[in-house]
Amino acid sequence: MSRIEASSGGRRRVLQVKFVSDDEVLKHIVDDTGNKVRKDKPQPSINLKRFVKKLQNISDDEAQEILEEKNYIATLGICAQDPVGNGTSVSGGEVYSFQTPKRSSKMAELASELAHTPEQRVTPDHSKGLEKRAKTPQSSSKPMFLFLMHVFALQSKKKEFVSTTPYRLRKRLAAPDSCLESESEYSASCSEEEDEEDQQEVSTVLSGQKTPAKTKAAPTHLPRNSLAKKNKEEKMSNLVEEYFEAHSSSKVLTSDRTLQKLQKRRLNQETLRELLKKAPIAYAAEIKELNQQHESLFSKWMLQLHLGFNIVLYGLGSKRDLLEKFRTSLLQDSVHLVVNGYFPSITVRSILNSITEEVLDHIGTFRSPLDQLEFITKRFKEDSSLELYVLIHNLDSQMLRGERSQQILAQLSSLPTVYLIASIDHINAPLMWDQAKLSLYNWLWYETTTFSPYVEETSYENSLLVQQSGSLALSSLTHVLYSLTPNARGIFRLLAQYQLEKKDNPSYPGLSFQDFYQQCREAFLVNSDLTLRAQLTEFRDHKLIRTKRGADGVEYLLIPVDDSTLTNFLENQDEDV
Amino acid sequence: KVQEDLNKQLLDNLVSFLSRSHSEFQEKTTEWTCRMKFREIPTAALVLGVNVTDHDLTFRSLSDFLQNNITPYIAFLEAKDCPGIKNLMQKLMGQLMNCYIDVDSLEDEDYVQVSQNRIRCSMSSLIKWYESVTKKTDSETPSKKRTSSSTHWQSPPVVVIFKDMESFTTKVLQDFIVISSQHIHELPLVLIFGIATSPMIIHRLLPHSVSSLLCIELFQSLSCKDHLSTIIDKLLLTPQFPFKLGGKVLQVLINIFLYHDFSVQNFIKGFQLCIVEHFYSQPLSVLCCQLVDLQKRVNSLSHDQCENIRRLPSFRRYVEKQESGKQVALLTTDNFLKEETQKLLEDLHVYHENYVSVLRCLHVFTSSLPKYPLGKQIRELHCACLENQVWETEEYESSLQLARMLNKSDLVTMLQQCVEILLSSSGKEFDNTVENLKKFLTQFQNLEAEAFQEQEVSVSSQKELQKKTDLYHLQKTLLELKESRRSKKLTKFEMLRFEVVDYIDSLVRKYLVPADHRTLHEILYFNTAAVLRGHLNAAPRTALHTALNNPHWYLKNQALKCDGGSISNKAPDICIAYKLHLECGRLINLVDWLEAFSTVVMAGEEPNANTASSDQMDDIIHARFIRAVSELELLGFIKPSKQKTDHVARLTWGGC
Repeated sequence: MSRIEASSGGRRRVLQVKFVSDDEVLKHIVDDTGNKVRKDKPQPSINLKRFVKKLQNISDDEAQEILEEKNYIATLGICAQDPVGNGTSVSGGEVYSFQTPKRSSKMAELASELAHTPEQRVTPDHSKGLEKRAKTPQSSSKPMFLFLMHVFALQSKKKEFVSTTPYRLRKRLAAPDSCLESESEYSASCSEEEDEEDQQEVSTVLSGQKTPAKTKAAPTHLPRNSLAKKNKEEKMSNLVEEYFEAHSSSKVLTSDRTLQKLQKRRLNQETLRELLKKAPIAYAAEIKELNQQHESLFSKWMLQLHLGFNIVLYGLGSKRDLLEKFRTSLLQDSVHLVVNGYFPSITVRSILNSITEEVLDHIGTFRSPLDQLEFITKRFKEDSSLELYVLIHNLDSQMLRGERSQQILAQLSSLPTVYLIASIDHINAPLMWDQAKLSLYNWLWYETTTFSPYVEETSYENSLLVQQSGSLALSSLTHVLYSLTPNARGIFRLLAQYQLEKKDNPSYPGLSFQDFYQQCREAFLVNSDLTLRAQLTEFRDHKLIRTKRGADGVEYLLIPVDDSTLTNFLENQDEDV
Repeated sequence: KVQEDLNKQLLDNLVSFLSRSHSEFQEKTTEWTCRMKFREIPTAALVLGVNVTDHDLTFRSLSDFLQNNITPYIAFLEAKDCPGIKNLMQKLMGQLMNCYIDVDSLEDEDYVQVSQNRIRCSMSSLIKWYESVTKKTDSETPSKKRTSSSTHWQSPPVVVIFKDMESFTTKVLQDFIVISSQHIHELPLVLIFGIATSPMIIHRLLPHSVSSLLCIELFQSLSCKDHLSTIIDKLLLTPQFPFKLGGKVLQVLINIFLYHDFSVQNFIKGFQLCIVEHFYSQPLSVLCCQLVDLQKRVNSLSHDQCENIRRLPSFRRYVEKQESGKQVALLTTDNFLKEETQKLLEDLHVYHENYVSVLRCLHVFTSSLPKYPLGKQIRELHCACLENQVWETEEYESSLQLARMLNKSDLVTMLQQCVEILLSSSGKEFDNTVENLKKFLTQFQNLEAEAFQEQEVSVSSQKELQKKTDLYHLQKTLLELKESRRSKKLTKFEMLRFEVVDYIDSLVRKYLVPADHRTLHEILYFNTAAVLRGHLNAAPRTALHTALNNPHWYLKNQALKCDGGSISNKAPDICIAYKLHLECGRLINLVDWLEAFSTVVMAGEEPNANTASSDQMDDIIHARFIRAVSELELLGFIKPSKQKTDHVARLTWGGC
């Protein structure tokens, strides 16, 4: 390996070429790591040694950063463990803080990183790969050689330099800058550029091995060029800027791939459940152990419930089975009410109704939930032997998280003979309660992390990936259509066929009213504008079609059903005919 | 559990005591307002502070008091019941008429039914009702409960309490005030506003035209911190209750109070929880009882319980200190152990009595020192004493130094206070101490009589000291004093002062030993602060975060164990999905996510990948991904987004 030492005294440059063995380079690097912050005397000569050191700085810095990240996470982990262990203070900001800029390709990188076991982490060949390679000593000699070439380039074209480094890299570079600030203005200002340029050069050379060292071809695969440039002046990139940067870019950089292009049918609820049944539950033994730990607390819960506290369970994993077990083991002989909060049509009124009707045997209606609550309160106060256990799964569900519902539930739970035990899952669930409600609820918090899948809880949720009840839509379509006149059916058919024809066009806005009218006339389905409108109104009332106005003010008609259902529907119709 | 009732009672007493002071004011206002011009509604504004949760109790006792002493007609309105003026009137009528029934209890039931079901509630009907009621009471029972204030009146006032004025709708309040001011001639109305923030809120809520109809008198309630000190005084610093809080626990409770809610009620709740936990988790807590029952309970201890006692760390320490014969006896014979236990527990009780008295004495000294090195409140001092040996702390050292520089009059008054405290305490050992202190006092008086010329010197030095209150100067003078002490001969006063301070110091060393140095303290002290914090001040988000980031913490499986922030690819699905989504920006492409997910999962299951056909495997992974994503949605990390097809929006940031 050859190492060239360039020392320029004054304006004159003297070149020294020396052979240096790999070992020496290594030694040099190792030596320098210690005095990274060493301040060079302001001297006119630019020592290549310093470049080396700077490269060292860079890679060091990266290593440092990675190390710091690790430390940070480790401390986070410790912090997070603490509340379970001995409960020292954890700052909430560490857990979920502000939005920070992320690169688009990071997920894929992490995935491939995770896919390999931590020991043999192979770097993906993106821009990140270069950073990692630069870190390894074997390859560090190559960039060093490039630096030399770069020195000459730099002297002439210092100012025309166009930064192309990604933002993140720049951020890293900002840190060593601050320690070089004490150097002369000249070296400080150029050193930054040099660093960047080095980095860029290295990246170009490394990504395309044959590119000449001097070329300044801007790598095109890196996003945020403009952003990086804008940020160039700002040496300090602190949290505030990061925050605003993350929020300023309204454009979201994600790939345009959609699930439809994926060669995979959408699963419906049943097949999903079938499939999941086949998948073994991971760590069943450990989960069982966890559950047993929680179950040992049952008698304590009972005691505390009777002493006027209410119990709320939190933690990852479905707490449904746990509560069920609690119910079956301890509440068999007492009056209890189970509320499935995750059920999409649950309301406070239905909870109160079941209390008044089932528990209190009261027949009659109430004007408002408040009246009903008053009635319940009165009954419970009159009869102190009346006891009621209320189990609420997912107190924080969509339907129950409203302020009024929570108020009513809190008041209900504050009755001395109503014992409430509930579970929460949402990360922001505690925000539902203000001081007044909290004191009404009189919670005791129990962490019950179970890791069991939320089978029931999510089954009602409108997941994006699950095909939304296609069969239901189909049957409703046919039913509605049967009740219509043949003409109306024909009109709908026309629209459906047209929509299917255009299904490959992703920006299909719908069929414009005028065109549709024309088609209908041609098919002898309508004889006037008005009849078609009346027919469409009927469709709209049955939610068979949707209309929206385009940018040009034309009305577009659309059947809000996905294509496969529509195809099925048409096939069915054909069979009938 | 008897104790719990006691505590609750205590709180009630406290609050009612506090509100009694209010209601005395209240009484005055009613008296005063009855002579007011009738166009204005007399109004009392109670500023209660931010501890909203405690207001309920205060108001309840206030209304009880009013009911007993001034007027039977009290309506209690809360903002959540009164979204509109109609509801407000309804509620008002209902409450007034019900309470009227309660008082007279000779009305027929039909009337109640009618009044409750009547939907049309207006001021005029209210007035009619009021007239009929007052007429009736005047004719039937003229000598009803009347306080002196209402003798001027033909009829008692109607008090309407607005519990949480801030949360009322402005319009409702305005309407109500305007309407009732029209009828103030016929209906003697008194309003009470409960205010949590500041009295300014009245003027912000009500325009001038409305607030001019009110004749407002402001009352300030005691701050919640005062409540807290009273409670600590009455609950903790008293030998009356055998149950005690350990230093850490007390610290946790006080922190929750000071940093979270200022709620006395929550403090009490925490205290109750401590009691429950203590009696639930400590098998020996049967012995935590009043001294009277102690003997009985100790005698009824079973063998197992004796073994439990032997297992207590403090007891083992105690045993180790004894000579060998006694050691054997303690460890083998139950009866001997019982006797010993009883003796020790009695010692512990005596220790408490002494502890409290000496603590108060020390507080007298430290609370007047500049900069309060040991804290202003007695609770801080208490915490410090519970934590560790207080005389080893720096703060104690500096406060002693400062105490050595007190002037004479302060010192004398402090000594007198100490004597009072010690005399009032039930401890028997203090006779000697009191005598000593009294001796000091007389010496001071003698000093005053005999030494005039010396006094001048000391006065001047005292003046000097009073001027310099900041710590820097104080330290400087301290240093100077130290030097001068070597060189200069001390005056008699100074000698005496040193003696006093040293005496106090010796008292502290003798009596303020931290509780966990005492044998068998586990029986009376509740010390597991972690449990308490977990139940009262839980961190659900942190728990979720830990579970997702570090599943090994919960699932003790070697496969999950890994270093640093990364998680292994064998982690539960949701953890992997979570980890991947952390790398994304505002929007997440589901396809990318799915691909990344399946990459990771496939790698995790490589060994048995060949068993199932790849297609089926794909489907299963797809299903698992769907489950993980919908679980994350349930947990609130993502939500569906309409900005782009097949994208979800991220809802949390940071964390990695």
